Amino acid sequence: MRENVVIRTISRISVPFIQVFALYVIVHGAVGAGGGFQGGVAFAASFILMFIAFGLSGVEKRLGKKWLMVYSIIGIAIYAGIGFLCLAAGGNYLEYGAIESAVGVAHLHGYLIDAVEMGIGITVMAVMVSIISDVMDRDGESP
Amino acid sequence: MIEHLPVLLVTVPIVAALLILLLGWHDSRFCYPLTLATILFQFAGGIALLIEVMREGTIHYYLGGWAPPLGIEFVIDTFNGYILPIVLLLALATAVYARRSVEKEIKPEKIVSFYVLFQLLVTGLVGMTITGDIFNLYVFLEISSIAAYTLIASSRKPRAYVAALNYLVLGSIAGGFVLLGIGNLYVATGTLNMADLARLLPASYGLATVHTAFLLLVIGFSIKVALFPLHLWLPDAYTEAPSAVTVLISTVMAKVSVYAMFRVIFSVFTTAYFVETVPVTELILFIAAVAIVAGAVLAIAQEDLKRMLAYSSVSQVGYIVFALGVANQIALEGGLLHILGHAVMKGCLFMVAGVIIYRLGTSSFSDLKGVAATMPVTCAAFALAGASMIGVPPTIGFASKYYLVLGALEAGHWVYAAVLLAGSLLAVGYIWRFIEVAYFSASSHHEGGDHHPAPGVREAPLSMLVPMVILSILCLVLGIFVDPLMKIVAPAVSLLLGGA
Repeated sequence: MRENVVIRTISRISVPFIQVFALYVIVHGAVGAGGGFQGGVAFAASFILMFIAFGLSGVEKRLGKKWLMVYSIIGIAIYAGIGFLCLAAGGNYLEYGAIESAVGVAHLHGYLIDAVEMGIGITVMAVMVSIISDVMDRDGESP
Repeated sequence: MIEHLPVLLVTVPIVAALLILLLGWHDSRFCYPLTLATILFQFAGGIALLIEVMREGTIHYYLGGWAPPLGIEFVIDTFNGYILPIVLLLALATAVYARRSVEKEIKPEKIVSFYVLFQLLVTGLVGMTITGDIFNLYVFLEISSIAAYTLIASSRKPRAYVAALNYLVLGSIAGGFVLLGIGNLYVATGTLNMADLARLLPASYGLATVHTAFLLLVIGFSIKVALFPLHLWLPDAYTEAPSAVTVLISTVMAKVSVYAMFRVIFSVFTTAYFVETVPVTELILFIAAVAIVAGAVLAIAQEDLKRMLAYSSVSQVGYIVFALGVANQIALEGGLLHILGHAVMKGCLFMVAGVIIYRLGTSSFSDLKGVAATMPVTCAAFALAGASMIGVPPTIGFASKYYLVLGALEAGHWVYAAVLLAGSLLAVGYIWRFIEVAYFSASSHHEGGDHHPAPGVREAPLSMLVPMVILSILCLVLGIFVDPLMKIVAPAVSLLLGGA
C-alpha cells in the first residue's frame, strides 16, 4: 500500500473518537435509541478505517485473527451468562429484576442491561471485523 | 427446571456451539461428542415438553419476564409440541450419522466449523418452532438459513458453491418477502406477537396492507418449503451438499419451514381469512396438485439417486401443502402426519444415498448396478422407506395419504383425490428405479458370474447403519401404531382450525 500521510494522520486522529462514540451508543442502549448491535458496528467501523488506512496485515497482526473469534465467544458468553444468572436467581431468562432483588442492590438491572449490551457489542464488533478481513483484497494471496 | 426448558432448548445449544468452536481449536475430537450431547439434551427436552403440553396444555414462556405483546414469548402448544420432537429426532439421527460421513466428505480443517454450524442450524430451527413472536420467527429463520447456506458450501464438490449461492440468493429473497410481510402486519396492527396478531387482525381484514402481507408471507415461505414453481434452488442444494447436511435440510429444515407456513396461515391469519375473506384454497390446491405430479415426473427423469430424491421432496411437499388447501380436519390430520412421515422416510432415503456415496463415491444409477449384493441392509432400508414413500400399508406413508384422500373426498375434491393417488403411482416409478438397479441388475463390477464384491465396497459402517435402519423401522412402526399418534395430531389440528 502506498504511504499517504493525510489519510493515515486523519484516521489516527478519528479512530479514538469513533470508538468513544461507539461506546456511547452501546451504553445509551439501556435508556434510549442505540444498543449493542449499532454500537458494535460503529466500533468495528473504527477498525475497518484502520484496515483501509494502514493495510490489512499490519492491523491484523495487532488484533490477532484468532482473538477476534475469541472476542465474539466472550461477547455471547457474557450475554448467555447473565441470562443464566437470571434463571439461577429464580426469574425468567434475562429477567434482570430477579438478580436485582436477589442481590439487593438498587438499579442493578440498569448495569446488567449495559453488560448484556456490551456482550452483544463485543460479538458484533468481532464478527464484523473478521468478515471484512476475510473478504478484503490481499493482493492475490489467499487467506 | 421444566418451566425454563423452552429457553434452555435455544440458549444452551448456542453456548454449546461456542464451546465446540473453542474446544475444537484445541482438539477437533471434542466437537463430535459435544454436538451429540447437546442434541441429545435438546431431544430429551423436546419429548419432555410434548409430554408436558399433552398433560397441562399450552406452555407460555415470557423472555425477560415481559408479558406479551410487549415482550417476546415462547409458546409450546399441541401443534409445535408435535413438530419439535420430530425435528429433534431427525437432528439426533443425523448427528449420529454425520460423524463418519463428515470425516470423508469435509476437509479436515473445516470439521470444527461444520459442527458449530450444524449446531446453530438445529438451534435456529428449534427457535423457529417454539417462538410465539413473528419477528422472532424471522430472526431464527435467518439463523438457520445462513447456517444451511454455509453447510451446503462446506462440501468438497466444486459445484456445491454454485448450489449454495443459488440457495443463498433465493433464500434471501424468501427472507425478504417474509420480512416485508411481517412489516406490513406490524403496520396494520402494531404488534408482532402471533396470538395478539390473530386477535387484532380481523378488524383490518379489509385492508390492502393485510392482503399484501398475506401474499408476501405465503410466497416467502413457499420458496423456503420449495413449493413447485419456486423449487429451483432445491435439487442442486440437496444434491451437492454433504450427505449429512442433505439429510438435515431435506427433513428438519423443510419441515420447520412448512411448520412456519402453517403457523402463520392458521394461527396468525386464521382459517376465516384465507377461506372466506381471500379465498385462495382453490389456488393452493391447484398448485399443490401440480407440485405432486411435476415433482414425481421430474424425479422419474433423473439419472442420479440423490437428485431423484430431491425432486421427490418437491412432490412430497405438495402433499403437505395440499392439506392446507383442503383445510378440513381430516386432511390436515393427514398433512401433519405426512410432516412426520415424510421427515422419517426421506431422512432414511437420503441416508441410504449418503451411505452409497460413502462407499462407492457416486450416486449415479449407472454405477449402482447390483449394489444390493454388497450392501443388503442399506438396500433393505431403502426398500422399506421407499414403500412408505409410495404409501404401501401399513407404513406411515399409507396412513398420511389415506387421511389426505379421505379429507379431499369429504370436501368434494374428487379430481384432486385422484391426483393424490396418481402421485403415489408415480412414486412407484421412481422408487422402483433404484430397486431395479440395486436388486435386479447384474453388477457392473463383476461381470461373467463372478460374485466377489468390488474392493472397498461393503456394508456401511455401523454408526451410519444404525440411524438409517431405525428410521426405516420407524416408517413401519409409526404406521402400525398410528392411533396413539392421532391422539397428538388430532388436538393439534383442532387448534389450527379453531383459530389462535
